[in-house]
Amino acid sequence: MDAQDLLHRTSFIELGARSRARQLLDDGSFRELIDPFERMVSPWLARQGIVAQADDGVVVAKGTLGGQPAVVLAIEGAFQGGSVGEVSAAKIAGALELAAQDNRKGVPTRALIVFETGGVRLQEANLGLAGIAEIHAGIVDLRRYQPVVGIAAGTVGCYGGMSIAAGLCSYLIVTRETRIGLNGPAVIEQEAGVAEFDSRDRPLIWSLTGGEQRYRTGLADVLVEDDVEQIRSEAIDCFRKGRPPACRSECVSRYLHRLAQFDPAAQVTAEQVARIYGEGFEP
Amino acid sequence: MERIALEFDAAMPARGRSLAGVVGSGDLEVLMEANTSARTVVNITTSVDGFRNVWEAVLTRMLGQGDLPAVRIEINDFGATPGVVRMRIAQAFEALAATPGV
Amino acid sequence: MNARDTSARGATWLAALIHGAPLRSGFPPSVRVADAKLDRHAARYIAVVPDPANPYARARNGEVGLVEAWQIARAVRDVVDADQERGEKRAIVAIVDVTSQAYGRLEEAYGIHQALAGAADAYANARLEGHPVIGLIVGRAMSGAFLAHGYQANRLIALSDPQVMVHAMSKESAARVTQRTVAELEALTASIAPMAYDIESYASLGLLWMLLKLARPDTPTPADLHEVEQALIGAYEDIRRDASRSLAGRLRAGGRAASVRVREKLRAQWN
Repeated sequence: MDAQDLLHRTSFIELGARSRARQLLDDGSFRELIDPFERMVSPWLARQGIVAQADDGVVVAKGTLGGQPAVVLAIEGAFQGGSVGEVSAAKIAGALELAAQDNRKGVPTRALIVFETGGVRLQEANLGLAGIAEIHAGIVDLRRYQPVVGIAAGTVGCYGGMSIAAGLCSYLIVTRETRIGLNGPAVIEQEAGVAEFDSRDRPLIWSLTGGEQRYRTGLADVLVEDDVEQIRSEAIDCFRKGRPPACRSECVSRYLHRLAQFDPAAQVTAEQVARIYGEGFEP
Repeated sequence: MERIALEFDAAMPARGRSLAGVVGSGDLEVLMEANTSARTVVNITTSVDGFRNVWEAVLTRMLGQGDLPAVRIEINDFGATPGVVRMRIAQAFEALAATPGV
Repeated sequence: MNARDTSARGATWLAALIHGAPLRSGFPPSVRVADAKLDRHAARYIAVVPDPANPYARARNGEVGLVEAWQIARAVRDVVDADQERGEKRAIVAIVDVTSQAYGRLEEAYGIHQALAGAADAYANARLEGHPVIGLIVGRAMSGAFLAHGYQANRLIALSDPQVMVHAMSKESAARVTQRTVAELEALTASIAPMAYDIESYASLGLLWMLLKLARPDTPTPADLHEVEQALIGAYEDIRRDASRSLAGRLRAGGRAASVRVREKLRAQWN
C-alpha cells in the first residue's frame, strides 16, 4: 500500500450512517425512508432527560446495489453508542420484513446492514431487546430468498444482541479497526472480574475480538481496508455469490466438533482459536 | 436537559431543507427547513443546562443581522462548543442553498 | 468471586411437564432435552440448567455458554430434520430460566455471539418451517441467553412471580453502564415500563401471550401444573390457527405504538 493508494481512498469509518448508506448504494439511487424530518423519535428518551436524535440513530435507505433493488440499514454509532431502542429496532426489523415480502412477490430486494452498535439501548431495555429479537427473525426470514450482508467497520464495533444479528448474516465484511463481541469489555470486567477481562487492555481486546482475528477464525467472511469503494464492491460481490452452501449460524456440527478439540480450563489465546477454528472448514 | 426557543428577523423564506451533524458527544444535530414567514425560529434541546445566554449570543451573531433565509431550525445538542454549533449551522445553510429547487 | 444464586426452576418445570419421559442422551448436563406429549401432540422440551461441574467455568449457573447454545441449536434442528416429510410438525417448548449469557474471555474468543446466533437461527428456522415454538418463562430470561433460547417463539408465556425477570442487563451492570446509581435506575423504572425489572411491567409491553399467577412456581402444585399445561395447549392451538409464522402477533396487544407506527410508515414509503 503506497501513498498514492492512500490518497485515493475514502475512509468509510469516518463517515456517519447517512453518508455510509449513500456511498454504498449505486450513485444517485439513495432514497431515505422515515427521514429525520418526520421526527420519528424515541418515545422514551426525553422523559429521562436524554436528547433524542431525529432518526433515532438508524438510516433506512432504499436504492439499488449493483443494479439490484436493495435496502441499506445503517446504524449511527455516534448517537448513544449506536445502541438500539424501540424505533431504531423497528426501522431495521420492519425493513427486513418488507424486503422478505418483496421477495415473496418476486422482487429480489436484498438488505445490507451496517453494524456500528453497542447492542440494546439500556434506556429502553426490554423494547430494545424485543426489537432485536425481531431483527433476528427478519434476517432469518429474508435470508431464505437473498443473502443478508453485514458490514462491521468501526470504531464503535458490534456488540450485544446486534453481534448475534451479525452472526446470522449470510456474509460479514469487517475491517481491522472493528471489534465484534457479545459482551463489551467493561461488562465482562463488571460481571467476571478484571482478571477475566481487563477492559483497558486494548491489545488483548483486538487480538481476541478485532476484525482481523474474526476473519482469521472464520467468524467473518471478508477483511477489507477502510475504503468506501472496496467495501461497496465486496458487498456487491457477496450478493452476487448468492446464498452460501450453509450460513455460519447453521453449521452446528462444525462448531460443536471444534469446541471439543481443546481444554476449556486452559487460558485461551488468539493463536489457539485460530488453530481450532481456522483450518479447512467443511460444513 | 433544557429547551430553548429563539426567534430572529430573516430575509426571504428559504426553499428546501437540510440536515447537519449528529447527536453525538460534543456534537449536535441541526434540522433546517424553510419557514413560511420572514422569521427564523430556532428550537434547541440541549443536554447541558444553564447556557441559555451562550446560545443566545452564538445564534444572535449568526442570525441577528436578519439577512439569511428564513428557516425553522431544530437543534438537538449533546454538549457541542460554540465553534461546533457555528460549524453545523453553517453546514446546514450551505446544504440548504445546494438543495435542488423544490 | 461473585456468588450466584442458581435456580432450579428450569429443571423443575421440565421434569413436571414431561411426566417421566426420559431425557435424550448425548446432550451435556446443562442442556436437558426430552420428547414428550403436549396434550395429544408430540413435543420436544428444551431447558438450560445449572451444572456446577461444567468444564466451562463461566457457564456453571444456568448461563447459556458456547456449548449450551450450539447444543440447543442441535436439539432444535434434529426435530426439524426428523419432521421434514411430516405434515404435522412437532411443537418445541423452550423452558426459559437463563440467568444470562456466559461472560468470559474464552467465550468472547470463541465467538459466543456466533453460538447464540446458532441457537436463535435454529428456533427461527423451526418456526418458519411450521413447528409451533412456545417459550415458557419460569425464571430469568436475560439478554443474549433469551435471544438464543425462547425469544424466537411464536408465543411467549410467563409466570407472574418476583423471580421471573426479562431484561437486557443486570441492575448493577446497567447502572454502571448508564452512569447512574442502582437507586436512580430503580426510580426511573417506576415510570418507564421497558426499563423495569418486574414481569408485570414486561407484560404491559404486549410481548407475552399469557401471564400466569400460580400458587407455587418453585414447586408446582398439581393445579399449577395443570394451569401451565392448559396455557401451553392454548398457545399451541393459537399457533396452529394462525396463518402467519412470524412474530407479528407481538405487535397486536398494544404497548408498542411506535413499533407499529414505524412499520406503517415504512410500508407506506416503500415503493
